[in-house]
Amino acid sequence: MAKKFKNKTLAWLDYRLPIFSVLREALVDHPTPRNLNYWWNFGSLAGITLLIMIVSGLVLSMHYVPHVDHAFDSVEHIMRDVNYGWLIRYIHSVGASMFFLIVYIHIARGLYYGSYKSPREVLWWLGIIIFMLMIVSAFLGYTLPWGQMSFWGATVITNIFTAIPLIGDNIVTWIWGGYSIDNPTLNRFYSLHFLIPFLIVGVVFFHIVALHKFGSNNPTGIDLTNKKETIPFHPFYSIKDFFGFGVFFTIFALFIFFAPNVFGHPDNYVPADPFITPSHIVPEWYFLPFYAMLRAVPHKLLGVIIMLSSIFILFVIPWLDTCKVRSSKFRPIYKQFYWIFILNFFILMWVGSKVPEGYYLIISQIATIYYFSHFLIMMPLLGKFEKTLPLPDNIFIMSTKK
Amino acid sequence: MSRNIFFYLIFSFFFLIFLSFKSYSADTLSLKKQSWTFSGLFGRYDTSSLQRGLQIYQEVCSTCHGLKRLRFRELEAIGFTNEQIKEYASTFEIQDGPNDQGEMYTRPGNPEDTFISPYQNEQEARAAFNGSYPPDLSLIIKARKKGPDYTYSLLTGYVDPPNDLNLSDGLYYNPYIEGKVIAMPPPLYDAVIQYIDGTNPNLHQLTYDIVSFLNWVAEPELEARKSLGLKVIIFLIILTSLFYVTMKNIWSRINNK
Ligand code: HEC
Ligand code: HEM
Repeated sequence: MAKKFKNKTLAWLDYRLPIFSVLREALVDHPTPRNLNYWWNFGSLAGITLLIMIVSGLVLSMHYVPHVDHAFDSVEHIMRDVNYGWLIRYIHSVGASMFFLIVYIHIARGLYYGSYKSPREVLWWLGIIIFMLMIVSAFLGYTLPWGQMSFWGATVITNIFTAIPLIGDNIVTWIWGGYSIDNPTLNRFYSLHFLIPFLIVGVVFFHIVALHKFGSNNPTGIDLTNKKETIPFHPFYSIKDFFGFGVFFTIFALFIFFAPNVFGHPDNYVPADPFITPSHIVPEWYFLPFYAMLRAVPHKLLGVIIMLSSIFILFVIPWLDTCKVRSSKFRPIYKQFYWIFILNFFILMWVGSKVPEGYYLIISQIATIYYFSHFLIMMPLLGKFEKTLPLPDNIFIMSTKK
Repeated sequence: MSRNIFFYLIFSFFFLIFLSFKSYSADTLSLKKQSWTFSGLFGRYDTSSLQRGLQIYQEVCSTCHGLKRLRFRELEAIGFTNEQIKEYASTFEIQDGPNDQGEMYTRPGNPEDTFISPYQNEQEARAAFNGSYPPDLSLIIKARKKGPDYTYSLLTGYVDPPNDLNLSDGLYYNPYIEGKVIAMPPPLYDAVIQYIDGTNPNLHQLTYDIVSFLNWVAEPELEARKSLGLKVIIFLIILTSLFYVTMKNIWSRINNK
């Protein structure tokens, strides 16, 4: 393990505290499959976005005032009076959307290439835990500017807890810190919003520890047997990640500078008013698929259970998917179901923004059923009946043929 | 093969449903789209239009609406000198206090003050409009979907109500507002004011100017944002190209073997 460092001081320190050799192991020497495609860029992109969220959030927190009478004004103060405050705030608010976009693609990559299968189940679990923490953090963050959507979004979501039998109402009172959404609510939402991203950093650390135990999966999904199939992370993947950062930052900047409010809702530029309910309460786009499933069932408790299951089911797909072949490249039928699943996810997202009545309700119900069937029916059955294509002996065959 | 056909059928089924709903929900009244000087990648404010907008706000809208997030000194950005701003601010009466005697008093405005609402409080305003409230206009453009076009359409969109609709006093028909009934009397019409700079005050011109002005109040950072944005994007494109070339270079070490 102990690597030689030329610099004497470094060598002395590393002998006693091996952080440098650990970092070198992880970021420089780490053997990585040589056939990774661009879908493998999204992990490092998620990491850099988390960092951007924390840094921009920290600056915002120096000017933001978590009080129902001042929160909205303090955000406008950031926008108007703080030097480059508008930049910081737009980085943070657009960044939240970018974060979800990246993590959705990252998860979709994992689903396509079977990265959740043995021996990477724990790695996959840690990813889902990150995703859940992100959801909570983004929900809490969205309440902070205390606009109309902040307030009413918080109302709708916290009301979900009243669905819990017997103690539901007590729990909601406990969450609110009173009998309505008010200053105590905003205060605790703020401190939790501040805390959770750092918890995410912690889970990301374990995510990477688990990743480095068996290394990255790859587009063929086969286990690597030969040393020649890997290359050191640096410089090959470090430069590729930097190229990915460049492309991502360009897209990110286009939104920040030229369309900073496209992901937001105009109502959030109206200060919160507990006496005026907006005609149409919609969450941020990244919550829409789950919001659709929540409202697909007219029964409150059942809706909540279905919504929570739609995320918790991800924990067990390493066992629901009975196929030993990882990559969809070699699963001609599963591959098509995969794309239908993705399409269905978009349908859920679209229908989530509609009032659940008439045809919209029916569509959301069909799409919800399909969401679950993919995991509960297609995955177990296809593993048994699908005829997979022959796997290559090593990753080179793939990369030279295609 | 037959399996494939099955999948394409499912695909097209969902797609058709999607399309039909898109057209179904699109029957809302479409906005009168304008070409704004401040939209697009290179969009900039037209200072003389903003100054005319200020005049309209001052002479028309300010009888009912506040603009509480705009300080007088910020008018520097639309082409007024410090002296002009001081003089202009001092024409406003601002309530301040309490003083050493514990009394409230009024004083002439100074550049740090803002364009406050003409009403003491929300209740007073609501009382004046049978319960409706003329909102502060500082953020109104950002607080509406497609803000500039919406506000333009609203201000020019007053028409006679349909025959079967009996409006009570103080309510007007405007198909652009949610609910189609609004408590604001049509504030603008041809020659409602005379422009200081002599521009022809027809309804289109008036509306264009006030909306531009309100957009500036809502997004005073717009010009700084867009010009910084262009530099950042150009920088990022160059940087990304360099990363790309370097990447190809590094990878050629193993790809050519
Ligand atoms: C006579 C008083 C009065 C004047 C003058 C007036 N408004 Fe209004 N305005 C109102 C009232 C009252 C409302 C609230 C209407 C409602 O909610 O039905 C309103 C609402 C609005 C709205 C919000 C519409 C919406 O989507 O909710 C805008 C935008 C607006 N006014 C712009 C202007 C502009 C620009 C001017 C000047 C050209 C102006 N108003 C002049 C009384 C006035
Ligand atoms: C996981 C990372 C994070 C996510 C997904 C996230 C998400 C959000 C969202 C969606 C908003 C509302 C934006 C708006 O509409 O204006 C917000 C606001 C805010 N966040 Fe975060 N955030 C994250 C990390 C942080 C961190 C680490 C801090 C503090 C150190 C922070 C501090 C704030 C503050 C002060 C606001 C209110 C200001 C504003 O609304 O612009 N955030 N966040």
